[in-house]
Amino acid sequence: MEEAKPKESEYLHCIRCGLCLAACPTYREYRTETASPRGRVALARKGLEGELELSPNLLEQMYGCFGCMACDDLCPVGIRPAELALSMRGVGEGIRPSRWKKWLFGGLLTHAGRLELATLPLRLYEGLGVRRLVYLLGLNRLLPAQIRDLEAMLPRIPKRPLRRVLPEVTPARSGERHRVGFFLGCAQSLLFADQSAATLRVLARNGCTVITPKEAACCGMPARGYGRMDLVREQARRNIEVFERCGVERIVTDCATCGSTLKEYGAFFAGDSGWEARARAFAEKVRDISEFLMEIPLVKPAGRVEAVVTYHDPCHLRRGQRVWRQPRSLLGLIDGLELVELPEADWCCGSAGSQLITHYALSRKVLDRKLDNVAGTGARMLASGCPGCQMQLNTGLRRRGMPVRVVHPVTLLDEAYGGEDAE
Amino acid sequence: MQSKKVVDALIRIAGRDGVLVTPEDLAAYSYDGTFAEGTPAAVVLPRSTEQTAGIVKIAAEHRVPLIARGMGSGLAAGSIPVRAGGIVVSFTRMNRIVEIDAANSTVRVEAGVVTADLQAEVEKRGLFYPPDPSSIRHSTIGGNIACNAGGPRCLKYGVTGNYVLGLEVVLADGRILQTGGKPIKDVTGYNLTALFTSSEGTLGLITGALLRLVARPRWAKTALCEFDSLHDASRAVNAVLAEGIVPASLELMDRTAIGCIEEAMHLGLNTDVEASLILETDGADEQTVMREAEAAGRVCLESGARSVKVARTEEERAGLWRARRSISPSLARKAPNKLGEDITVPRGAIPEVVRELREISARHGLPIVIFGHAGDGNLHPNILFDKRKVGEWEKVQRMVGEVFAAALAAGGTLSGEHGVGVLKRPYFERALGPVSVEVQRRIKQALDPLNILNPGKMFEDKE
Repeated sequence: MEEAKPKESEYLHCIRCGLCLAACPTYREYRTETASPRGRVALARKGLEGELELSPNLLEQMYGCFGCMACDDLCPVGIRPAELALSMRGVGEGIRPSRWKKWLFGGLLTHAGRLELATLPLRLYEGLGVRRLVYLLGLNRLLPAQIRDLEAMLPRIPKRPLRRVLPEVTPARSGERHRVGFFLGCAQSLLFADQSAATLRVLARNGCTVITPKEAACCGMPARGYGRMDLVREQARRNIEVFERCGVERIVTDCATCGSTLKEYGAFFAGDSGWEARARAFAEKVRDISEFLMEIPLVKPAGRVEAVVTYHDPCHLRRGQRVWRQPRSLLGLIDGLELVELPEADWCCGSAGSQLITHYALSRKVLDRKLDNVAGTGARMLASGCPGCQMQLNTGLRRRGMPVRVVHPVTLLDEAYGGEDAE
Repeated sequence: MQSKKVVDALIRIAGRDGVLVTPEDLAAYSYDGTFAEGTPAAVVLPRSTEQTAGIVKIAAEHRVPLIARGMGSGLAAGSIPVRAGGIVVSFTRMNRIVEIDAANSTVRVEAGVVTADLQAEVEKRGLFYPPDPSSIRHSTIGGNIACNAGGPRCLKYGVTGNYVLGLEVVLADGRILQTGGKPIKDVTGYNLTALFTSSEGTLGLITGALLRLVARPRWAKTALCEFDSLHDASRAVNAVLAEGIVPASLELMDRTAIGCIEEAMHLGLNTDVEASLILETDGADEQTVMREAEAAGRVCLESGARSVKVARTEEERAGLWRARRSISPSLARKAPNKLGEDITVPRGAIPEVVRELREISARHGLPIVIFGHAGDGNLHPNILFDKRKVGEWEKVQRMVGEVFAAALAAGGTLSGEHGVGVLKRPYFERALGPVSVEVQRRIKQALDPLNILNPGKMFEDKE
């Protein structure tokens, strides 16, 4: 495996001031130093310098990080504890490789076709009416809490993955003003197909001809989550090549996680003479959908959405891409919509990729705090442009029986434009 | 220590999730906000005063040292284990605000409440807890009391100790002591509340506190005053106070400090100035607050300030304070290690001491960054160095000795708000004299005859 150890500069200058403790969702719940960014940096350093053994428990602490990057953002020294935790997971893979992770993140998730086949049972579960039956008979209540939550996490599953349905080229309506590529994320395609369909409609309505290359690979985040930068780069190279062939001015995505990873491609290839320039050129074109829409002149939506809406900042958008004004401005364009600011809007919801499965109890605590804040706003809709956040929030809301609909901001804009009927 | 037996006993009291013993946990509790380290034998996180009392009884029975700890942001290595086999008692899970008494303007808290959380909560009721150490979001009220923490606002409002009305303390034999109460005036007996305040965990374990609150000032104006000379800036501090203006805060920072925060935070500060003062006035009446800020700004201009800029929006004001709070950590961008001192001198001596600090820096060839709460004579000279370079640590220690000598010669003292801990222990007697040290040692012996409470802090550990 090509992966190198984290560089000394990534941990040496930590002066242990403790500022990061105040921003960390896992510290806030456990209140132990071990579950804090400063603790993880100290353990990484001691592990790398040989003072501590790189034991399974030490590496487990690196998975205890939810990757929300609040600490990375705030450290005055410039240490990035969340980033360091990711690199340390890679160190762990070098010592004791995990077969299931390689199979899942390196094999299955990399190929859209394989992933679509693997998730066929889910579509049958929904499509054949089994899911409705399960709910009707209350069978879901017989499941253990964690499995029940996982089941509830799934939105209404589309009959077919969007990747199969979407045309390669979606023409602009009433004259082409922009030519953009669309990076369709796996979760959006498989689970939130109608949201990405809405994204395409909104783009087309605003003068964009949209190219959706079907042979694009996974953005690389799942492999990154366990430190396998070699796999990440493999996927990145494919995406760079694919989008170079499209000849587009912008690459738009409506998934916060994909966007934050795609924008880092330049950094992933730093020092690689063959790829760095291409990766940087790619990354510079990437925009989150809300970011892109706020850069171009937008057609004013004619319709109204009568609703009190609040907005949750996905970590991968707010800190990963510094995009937080744009989704709010976008919602502000819609007549009838009242936007109420969510307290602690930029705190992690606890989804954190696979942590919601592997660190279920903690993930749930982090989510509970989020739900309390949502309840306090009185909003009936919760907007957030991240499939991971949406699934997590949906689960919590259902568990509590809160009458709040989770939406992608772009879905509301699409509704204001008239949605599918307007086509 | 018979560790298995002790750990089992701790688990019986604090529960399995309240006792940490893996090598990773112990390593995570081996440090605080300094570079010093010492690994404990176990960490225990009590959830109540009763549990804490039980822990102390076990420690007394087995003669095991106990090290009280909040969020580990201390700057004197006061919460790191010195003697082997110690148990860290972390109060972070005792974080309830028990009672806010609006009629009497008091709040009762557990020791592990984060100071910023406490402030936010009382401010919702129009009340105000003024002490504001820079670590306000990552330090606990218990730690603040044990070190008698200060902060920028202490110029007008006083330090932590001025707000402690009473304490709940677990003594070295496990008994629970209650000191003070809601009455503001209380001269019945020795002032035990004051004794435990700033005792650094050496006399008892503080598990709860009753704090005095004041009315929340409704207005605040903050100004940034930039100077072309550090000497002029330090003179301006005295000139402002001599005018009869008492700002809430009057903070000094030198060129390096300004450069570091600008590099870390991109606030748009001018990096070509030699020094800046952050000046804040506050109060109940907007006009008065504004007038005082303007008057103070005028005095700064007369003392040689290049410019005085009053923050126009709350965002600008918050930015200035965020900058001020980030100075200390942002210095790490300049060097792998820093040693932040905490000397306090009579206000009038500031220009003189600042000059001496610069001379010490020049003499030894290592940078000393100067910032601090100049308004109350409390300076934070930070020496920047690289511990890995041969001879550099020894040089730093010589410099520290000279910094302290300068402070003492000016009629000042070692520490204004960080405490003695381990780092200032070698200079303790020089600062206080043998009589004072002897009296303090006897107090320690009376309250902790087994020497199990944070041994090795303030005094040498003579096991």
